[in-house]
Amino acid sequence: MTLSACGGGGDSGASDTVRVTLVNHVWTENIRKVIPQFEQETGLKVEVTQLGEDQLSDQYNVKLNAGSRDIDVMMYRPLQEGRLFAENGYLADLTDKAEGSADFDFADFQETPVGATSHEDKLVGVPIITEQQVLYYRKDLLEKSGFTAPPATLDELKAQATKIQADNPGVAGFVARTGKAAAVTQFSSFLYSFGGDFVDASGKAAVNTPAAKQAYAFYGGLLRENGPANVSTDMSWSEAMAIFTQGQAAFYPEANSLYKNATDPAKSKVSETVGFAPMPAGPAGSKPYNIPSWGLAVNESSENQDNAWKFIEWAAGKAQTLEQQKAGVPGARTSVWENPEGISTYPADMADAITVSLANGVGHDRPVVERVAQAREIVGQPIVDAITGGDAAASAETANEAFQKFLDDEAR
Amino acid sequence: MSAVIAPDKAPSRANVMPDTPGWARWANDHRKWLFAAPAMAFVAALIIFPLGWTIYLSLTDSSGSVRAESEFIGFRNYIDVLTDTDRFWPAVGRTAAFTGVALLFEVVLGMAIALLLWRPFKGEKWVRVAILLPLVATPVAVGMMWRLIFDPNIGLANQALGWIGIGPQPWLAGQHTALPTTIFIDIWQWTPMVVLILLAGLTSLSEEPQEAAMIDGASPWQRFRHVTLPLLMPTVIVAVLLRGIDALKTFDILYATKGRGGGSFNEVETLNVYAYGLSFDYNEYGLSSTVLILFFLIIIGSMWALTSRRKKEARR
Repeated sequence: MTLSACGGGGDSGASDTVRVTLVNHVWTENIRKVIPQFEQETGLKVEVTQLGEDQLSDQYNVKLNAGSRDIDVMMYRPLQEGRLFAENGYLADLTDKAEGSADFDFADFQETPVGATSHEDKLVGVPIITEQQVLYYRKDLLEKSGFTAPPATLDELKAQATKIQADNPGVAGFVARTGKAAAVTQFSSFLYSFGGDFVDASGKAAVNTPAAKQAYAFYGGLLRENGPANVSTDMSWSEAMAIFTQGQAAFYPEANSLYKNATDPAKSKVSETVGFAPMPAGPAGSKPYNIPSWGLAVNESSENQDNAWKFIEWAAGKAQTLEQQKAGVPGARTSVWENPEGISTYPADMADAITVSLANGVGHDRPVVERVAQAREIVGQPIVDAITGGDAAASAETANEAFQKFLDDEAR
Repeated sequence: MSAVIAPDKAPSRANVMPDTPGWARWANDHRKWLFAAPAMAFVAALIIFPLGWTIYLSLTDSSGSVRAESEFIGFRNYIDVLTDTDRFWPAVGRTAAFTGVALLFEVVLGMAIALLLWRPFKGEKWVRVAILLPLVATPVAVGMMWRLIFDPNIGLANQALGWIGIGPQPWLAGQHTALPTTIFIDIWQWTPMVVLILLAGLTSLSEEPQEAAMIDGASPWQRFRHVTLPLLMPTVIVAVLLRGIDALKTFDILYATKGRGGGSFNEVETLNVYAYGLSFDYNEYGLSSTVLILFFLIIIGSMWALTSRRKKEARR
């Protein structure tokens, strides 16, 4: 195993250098520290390109479109661009490689994430990071306003946010993503908890159902009435997280994989007092999303596919997944979640919240389509309309019409 | 064409040097083209080919992947885009508003500053350096800096307003204030360039007309209006031309301050931002190419309008 790597397998253009493109993420920071071990074990050299999320996406668009060979392993978002890339044949088929490796133990991966990295019964990616929605909150503010527990329902969330805001001038009761496309993922848990979804069982657009309208009005209303003053409609997680970690908001629904930003004293003013709760229940219960946010894939045009797979086999292997999860990055391997060591480093309330999410979670946090960016803008419009005080119900009707047209268009 | 080349060809060197070999004579006769050939190849590879490819793409329904099969659909994209009152025409309007307002302020402010700096004064060098500073910063960095300053909750701008008793403003966050704010940033960054050009023009003006006007008893305003400005007009048009084209295709400031799509209400989505979104977010290469070609025509058109005015000025 160790030496065969140098041979470069059966690829004609195989090289001992594996070119890996990764996104700015805690996972990437962690893996970069141990890459020298991999290089020593295999004799391969790893060349890492690290980019921000938008730049990464643009880079793939340009390079994969041009059939570029200078990317071997690519970190990508299965739910965002997975379908598009797979449809265009950018992703190599990894089925045989994954199932053929005993060490890799492919059966160990959770079903939902693997579903998201598969295309037409072929495995085109390996999920490495999963995310569940949890509620970040400020223990001290709750206590000060006389609440003994974080909100269990959405009604309680609204009530607590309102009271805390009244008790603490200058502090918002609630903050969340507000950008038209950016907010869709976090909003999705609200949508599901009200009993809705983006698309109904028959595949028709469903963002104008009574449940969806309520969810839009609720999420937008919370931000309008209990959000920060002058709330912008451009916030993604980094802006919303900054407001929360600056101590300017009481509640913040966000992906658990970002929790270190709130608990790290170097990044957060509220690291001592932050708590985590499961997604509050709506009329349909507590239904947070539970999705694979990032996966690793091999570029179909790469001439170094065997070595690329060796990197994935190692980076998404049991040992690395356990290390990553201990360092705060939730993975997709069942064995690691079952291993007490796997969640030993999580704050206890975070671990509890995740358990709830894993049990009730929904496997997508945005419309599952090919042109996700466009779909997100369509279904996200009622969110920003609700935030700015517009008629959420009317906006949902308009969005539904546009979304149905989009779905018809894509089905053609 | 031949009429242009003829005078060059007339005293053919072949008659002067009858012993030179044929190829050398040919090369000598065509040296104008030979010397230009590398540059022409360069232009063909880097300008004409991409332009041709973009025109081709704009006539297809290419989407998803450029490598995927696409169908030739004639001018359907053009019809779609030109009848799109949802995104395209508002983007044209914003592009025009952004360019027009920014240009107006930059030229007026630039002229005022250039006139102030025209005559030597103490500490002149320092003032010039200070004025030129915004020009040397990267637009993306400038955008990010102003984004922090204009943050509605923790930004410096609202704190400063607070000191003088004015309530916080939404700046970039507001649906209707975002575009004016980005125009302000553009003015902040690019007025110095106009100052630089106009100052160069001013310092090259001859002194006599000024002195003559002064002897005739013209007031400073009269001298500016009837002597300095007409003489400076060619320079002003150069400044307007350069800055105008630049402002038309502004992208980095808008992207750095409002992100993809120009914000949740597309409030700063200009043609450039729209075309970028079409290709990088929607993977609609055909439509994106169409928008870019139309945009290209708009730029060519405005350039033509300005240069023909310049020629008219020159003739006066």
